[in-house]
Amino acid sequence: MIEVQNLTKRYGQHVALDGVSFSVGCGEVVGFLGPNGAGKSTTMRILTTFMAATSGSVRVGGDCVFENPMRVRERIGYMPENNPLPTDLRAGDYLKFRAQLKRLANGDSANRIAEVMEQCGVADVAGRFIGQLSRGYRQRVGLADALLAKPELIVLDEPTAGLDPNQVRSVRRLIRELAGSHTVLISSHILSEIEMTCDRVVILHEGRLLASGALDALMAKANAAVVAEVRASLTDTIEWAAKLALGQAECAEQPGGYVRCRFADAKSADTREKIFASANEHGWSLRELSRQAPSLEDLFVSLTRGKDGGK
Amino acid sequence: MSVFRALVRRELSAFFQGPTGFIIIAAVLFLIGLGFVVVLSGLNGQATPIPVTQVFYSTYFFWLILLLIAPIITMRSFAMERASGTYESLMTAPVGDWQVVLSKFAGALIFYAILWVPLLVCSVVVRFYVGESAVLGLGPMVTSALGILLVGCLYMSMGCFASALTRNQAVAAVSGFAMGAALFFTGFFSYFAGDRSDWISQLARHVSLANHMESFSRGVIDLGAVIFFLSLTALFLYLTHKVVESRRWK
Repeated sequence: MIEVQNLTKRYGQHVALDGVSFSVGCGEVVGFLGPNGAGKSTTMRILTTFMAATSGSVRVGGDCVFENPMRVRERIGYMPENNPLPTDLRAGDYLKFRAQLKRLANGDSANRIAEVMEQCGVADVAGRFIGQLSRGYRQRVGLADALLAKPELIVLDEPTAGLDPNQVRSVRRLIRELAGSHTVLISSHILSEIEMTCDRVVILHEGRLLASGALDALMAKANAAVVAEVRASLTDTIEWAAKLALGQAECAEQPGGYVRCRFADAKSADTREKIFASANEHGWSLRELSRQAPSLEDLFVSLTRGKDGGK
Repeated sequence: MSVFRALVRRELSAFFQGPTGFIIIAAVLFLIGLGFVVVLSGLNGQATPIPVTQVFYSTYFFWLILLLIAPIITMRSFAMERASGTYESLMTAPVGDWQVVLSKFAGALIFYAILWVPLLVCSVVVRFYVGESAVLGLGPMVTSALGILLVGCLYMSMGCFASALTRNQAVAAVSGFAMGAALFFTGFFSYFAGDRSDWISQLARHVSLANHMESFSRGVIDLGAVIFFLSLTALFLYLTHKVVESRRWK
């Protein structure tokens, strides 16, 4: 569905994207992951024909976004960053306007609008001005617009930004429902967000492609931390942690005579058993022993380290 | 075509969804009313040697409306969409750049035309009481309307261009006003130039909006003026299109 090759975008001196290449197959749900300023929105804007690339080629459904922008636009449903909507229109009228722009046949459009409003849960606010809607409703009006023309490719730039947990859950469910029948590209800077909705991730960092592939496989490369809380003195624990040789450990005293010890560099092999056995040997009581899933930062650390040869 | 119609309708509805459109209409109504009073007192029950339409143009109310109101009509067209970000969803819908430019221009022009409807009512009133076709003939009325429309085309296209250049509505209004005023006052040099024939005077005479409008108000369709207005309108629409397109090669 999407073929991106050597995509580069410069704003004057600033390089926003630097030789990014990736591809997305039909029916896939792909997450675009990266911290703010990584180039996610820029890539999406180029994909959706809003901006042109400095160099490189982008094809959506076989059509080049620069040579055939209209063909590409007919294929995509796009919700830009911050979901901009005209505040002076009623939600229903806005969707009617968008349906006309997207050339939905007049007869079908009323049905289709009702359908997406139902699907996105905005049917009950159709008659209200968008300016008076809560953020959650606005976001869903934007989603409804993206789905309107049953596009082959749906591009959502931070679809859950600024929503409360319940709304986030309903948006996630909606995105999962779209999988299979649509190709979906979502951006986010929140790892768990992408983890829950996407089959595959494309990770950007400072305008470069860090990795792309199944999230599980990428996460396996990242170092998970192991946390243990033992009842012992701080100096004993530090000594113990050093002896265990599980990499860098941070120890901190906790109330109640416990010391919390975080082994940041726990390699992919699970070290919990070893820690448990060792604590047992010392006769220390252990009240917590857990493995923490790597955070986005951990993933970045491990990925950049792999790329730059241990820098 | 239905896409174009939807876009134009959206442009027009933006004027009337909020107070903006009504405030502009009220202001113009006030200025037209003042102009009308001045014209009436000028007539003062006596026959004038020149048509009433011409008298109206020679009052400064007409030019005040054109210079001040035109940039206010067009200031929001592109600038507001850019500021609110809706520009992005508009330009990623299957809508061509020309469709967007022309629909914004058409929306502004239709609104501008609506503004002048009260003037038509004033003319009918004068005609009813004066009853002399020499004072306010049908010919001068039609050609005046044409002149108003043509000068409107020019000022709306200029305003759209100013609005496309920025995301700030105030900047769009001020730069649109500056361009409009510059064009208007360049024409003023023709009064000082007299019958000199150096190139500056000739240029001033050629771009003088007041001269062009005068012929329309006398009931004459000056082909040169028509071409002048339409070609400048086309130029500004072309420039606007270039600005809109520029996001794809910047």
